[in-house]
Amino acid sequence: MKRRQGQRRSLSMPRIVWPLIALALLLLFNLFFTDGFFHIEVRDGRLYGSLIDIIDRAAPVILVSMGMTLVIATAGIDLSVGAVMAIAGALAAGLIARPEYSVLSNFDIGGSFAVALLIALLISALAGAGNGTLVTVFGVQPIVATLILMVAGRGIAQLLTSGQIVTFRHESFAYLGNGFFLGLPVTITIVVAMLLMIGLLVRRTALGLFIEAVGDNPTASRHAGVRPHFIRLFVYSLCGLLAGLAGLIAAADIQAADANNAGLYIELDAILAVVIGGTALTGGRFSLLGSVIGALLIQSITTTILSRGVPVQYTLVVKAAVVIAVCLLQSERFRLLIMHQLRRDGS
Amino acid sequence: MIAGWLQRYATLATTALVCLLLYIVAGSLYAGFFSPRVFVGFFADNAFLGIVAVGMTFVILSGGIDLSVGAMIGCSSIVIATLVEQAGWHPLAAVLLMLLLGALFGASMGSLIHFFTLPPFIVTLAGMFFARGMGFVVHEESIAIRHEFYPALNDLPATLASWLHLPDGGVQFVGRYLPLTAVIFLLVLAVGIYLAHWTRFGRNTYAIGGDEDSAVLMGLPVGRTKVQAYALNGFCSALAGAVYTLYTFSGNPTAGTMLELDAIAAVVIGGTLLTGGAGYVAGTLLGVLIFGIIQTAIIFDGTLSSWWTRIAIGFLVMVFILLQRLFQRTLGSARRRPS
Repeated sequence: MKRRQGQRRSLSMPRIVWPLIALALLLLFNLFFTDGFFHIEVRDGRLYGSLIDIIDRAAPVILVSMGMTLVIATAGIDLSVGAVMAIAGALAAGLIARPEYSVLSNFDIGGSFAVALLIALLISALAGAGNGTLVTVFGVQPIVATLILMVAGRGIAQLLTSGQIVTFRHESFAYLGNGFFLGLPVTITIVVAMLLMIGLLVRRTALGLFIEAVGDNPTASRHAGVRPHFIRLFVYSLCGLLAGLAGLIAAADIQAADANNAGLYIELDAILAVVIGGTALTGGRFSLLGSVIGALLIQSITTTILSRGVPVQYTLVVKAAVVIAVCLLQSERFRLLIMHQLRRDGS
Repeated sequence: MIAGWLQRYATLATTALVCLLLYIVAGSLYAGFFSPRVFVGFFADNAFLGIVAVGMTFVILSGGIDLSVGAMIGCSSIVIATLVEQAGWHPLAAVLLMLLLGALFGASMGSLIHFFTLPPFIVTLAGMFFARGMGFVVHEESIAIRHEFYPALNDLPATLASWLHLPDGGVQFVGRYLPLTAVIFLLVLAVGIYLAHWTRFGRNTYAIGGDEDSAVLMGLPVGRTKVQAYALNGFCSALAGAVYTLYTFSGNPTAGTMLELDAIAAVVIGGTLLTGGAGYVAGTLLGVLIFGIIQTAIIFDGTLSSWWTRIAIGFLVMVFILLQRLFQRTLGSARRRPS
């Protein structure tokens, strides 16, 4: 992707302001027009309500978009996250349920959830590392390198499940998707924990700076002593790992691994969340929190549409309109055009 | 220059070789694979994929990408079916309207991409949401098309042949081996090759994909060409939707799910660089043929499951990408581009 003029920042507001405004407007709209949107109920010491629901539902996209943010910050992209989710879900479900039609029935891990979790996450990270190797060692463009796994990955997941939907009954596994921790869905805890960990990792060490340097100018960063190959390999592996975790949550949520539909189109939602959050697709500066807000915004739109009784088929159309609106707001050219118009009208 | 020439034709030749090898291997493994009917099937059964891939080649050559094509097929097919079956339109009028809308849709995405310097990936992603959503808004479920014009349309090649006073054998041959969907695909392919290599639009597309800044400095109409490329692709995907209705005699808002992926894969296997500027429309034909051969071989085999298609295609894409890198490195002709 080429560097464009949009990099210059004329309005000196932090980029995170735009998605925040959009989210605030949407919530304000719901406050006035959707009954009970802000209603939170305590039942059996657990919190229920639309707002909680939004975060719970958005958890997989948030996790994936965090990894995606770092990958995009290195001027890369990862299209394979949905496929990795499917693989992780298929692996864990297959190892635990061990249906006789699946190749995974040959592996006995004694029904241990921890082992299944570890294997699934390890394979996901390895899949990400594979993407990273193609990008760094072989110098393949990220969009192509990850396209390979995007095309093949769902096939591999179907191979693991023999094309069937593997259902399982396992308490600790299901807890990952529907459990409650401190009165809140456990997914929220996972998201917050990952956000804290990754946030500390990139902002309290030099790693974040290195990532931005690699994304901004790999040659210059190499001369400055950063190892772009190593940084890239790391972010792709981390992205794979997070996608795997999201895949496990998605599988736990429905207590089944559906190789066809798990994480379908999530790469698009995640990239969208990253872009809405103010990280440029050309790499360089990134905002983890922005991506989280972007993901929440996307989920809020969906929930708003559903709870307002708008026919479901309009969801996609509204989403398209929001995407274009947010992108236009971030486009330098569009802002100049609008300001020009305003000035002309004013004089 | 010679190195560049070698590099380009080397990838094209490799693709052709792989295509031929696959055909021969599949043909020797499965009885009846070499029959002309199967060969025609490669074109007829993948006509919508092929048409979309030709349009996609132009967008990728110009340095962009278009994710909306699969959704556009669904949208186009269901709009045509609804207009014909529920609004009483003549199929030709419905198809013409949809082709116009498709081109307009592509042009507006191209305009957003060029005039507001938005990333093509995001704009066409929004386009995908929009087209898929509109398809569902128009009609939620698939509609069968029972208009009497459709069978007549499907027999068009044979009708034309008898009209041209071909001998009876010729008419039969055309009727059996030249289904309309395949004919449309071949026509689109021919037009695509002509546009890419013999028109100013084609040359501008290559120039912009090669280096947009240089193209601007050379005074080429960068904006117009980009918008044209996306409009062409929008037109192609709407046409593919029309071909889908011809192929299945129905419209379906979910048609073409994930097809954008297959189209991009076919273009890449065909040797077009995803960074733009280098590639051949003819290569895309080979990519689509490889797709068709693998799919048909898996059907012939019967014991292999359909997901092997995806794994095989993914593997082939990887092999071709690595080959391209190898050619570029050993010949040292390619400039290193930042992703």
